[in-house]
Amino acid sequence: MKYVSPRQVIFPGDLVATSDESVEGAVYIDDGKYRASSVGLVEFRDNKIVVVPLEGSYRPKPGDVVIGYVTDVLASGWEVDVRAPLAAWLPVSEATAKYIDLEKTSLTSLLNIGDAVIAVVKDVDLTDEFPVMLTLREGERLGKIESGFVVELSPVKVPRVIGKKGSMISTISELGCDIIVGQNGRLWAKCPGPDAEFVLLQIIEKIDRESHVAGLTDRVKALVERYKTSAGSARQ
Amino acid sequence: MKQPPVPLLVEGRRADGRTPDQMREVKISVGVISNADGSAMVSYGNTTAVAAVYGPREMHPRHLSLPDRAVMRVRYHMAPFSTRDERKNPAPSRREIEISKVLREALEPAIFLEQFPRSRIDVFVEIVQADGSTRVASLTAASLALADAGVPMRDLVIGVSVGLVNGTVVLDLNGLEDNYGEGDMPVGYMPNLGRITLLQLDGSWSRDKFAEALKLAIKGAEYVYSKAREALKTKYFEIAEEVAK
Repeated sequence: MKYVSPRQVIFPGDLVATSDESVEGAVYIDDGKYRASSVGLVEFRDNKIVVVPLEGSYRPKPGDVVIGYVTDVLASGWEVDVRAPLAAWLPVSEATAKYIDLEKTSLTSLLNIGDAVIAVVKDVDLTDEFPVMLTLREGERLGKIESGFVVELSPVKVPRVIGKKGSMISTISELGCDIIVGQNGRLWAKCPGPDAEFVLLQIIEKIDRESHVAGLTDRVKALVERYKTSAGSARQ
Repeated sequence: MKQPPVPLLVEGRRADGRTPDQMREVKISVGVISNADGSAMVSYGNTTAVAAVYGPREMHPRHLSLPDRAVMRVRYHMAPFSTRDERKNPAPSRREIEISKVLREALEPAIFLEQFPRSRIDVFVEIVQADGSTRVASLTAASLALADAGVPMRDLVIGVSVGLVNGTVVLDLNGLEDNYGEGDMPVGYMPNLGRITLLQLDGSWSRDKFAEALKLAIKGAEYVYSKAREALKTKYFEIAEEVAK
């Protein structure tokens, strides 16, 4: 039995459904009933009830593309801030395929404190001193960020930026920006000009704030279209 | 027994004109501190508490982290200007340290700490104006701030106080009743689950009065919870209305 309807905003402790229903997302079971475990939005996806959280922090899992800032240089790697509740690091062996003689080369020649990197979470192991291990060797376009800019948004809104089957990100791509979305709520972009950059920032803020209001995709499309017409008239 | 400056109960009316089972005006807003991951401000009449939540985040120093769950740290503090007569010394008093611990223990059952091993969740509560019932206002504010931060939780925890004044059970003590009443009882209640996470009592109560007071506290908590829900909803509906324009 369901206690919720689609697109309903629910709060911690609210009843979602009885345990015979199939329920996913920000829920827990108490006394044979699913209840919400955070502020969320209810969605029905093919006979499944999904409670999509509207607030929350980033929880690292292997395979995530993340954007981080180097915060410390260690003996054989770097400590990286990836907005996770656990310490993350990038070992030298995962940073480059080349052999590095640690006796002769300083790690700072590769990456220094303050550098931004795009990396992939290789492993999360709570018994390690740095539970989150990153790698630059297992994915496309990883490494130090040399240009463009990074914008932050709530990590729980990242799926909305990407959209169903990448629909939202392909709409945004019409601005002509090169974009990489980190699962940890950081997004790297390089745009053809300041106008496109501004519109992109507007869109990210919109998705961050308005994801619980119906018709988000249309509102984003409208912003993109407005940019395209103004950019077209500026060229004439 | 100290004598109160004004009678606390005359013909079923309290010093501030309320009936025994009446809350003061409850004002709640969520998301008031942009620096924090989550925040809330709660007023019961003149008592105002602001709560800010940071986390879950990395635990420093690392040796204080727990291997199987997050560490929750709560700081209850009264601002020097929060009191009526003399400036409160800003240094944490014994009372504040104890209330911090009491609040932490009242919030912990509501939170899925085991989902964040080796991490910490920090809760800061500042009393900006004090007029009785500060610890329960803090509890409501802290749980709303945790919800606003998206920390996974079983339910909100709503705090209300009940007390004994001239042999009558009253809801939501003000400063006067707190000081001159015969007893007080702060209660923390999870409204959806119907469970109690905080129960303290002082003064001398008969069993019947205690039972009556607990019933009244739950009734009061239900009322505050309806206000808390409204405040949470407002945050999202204001954005929706903005979009509709």
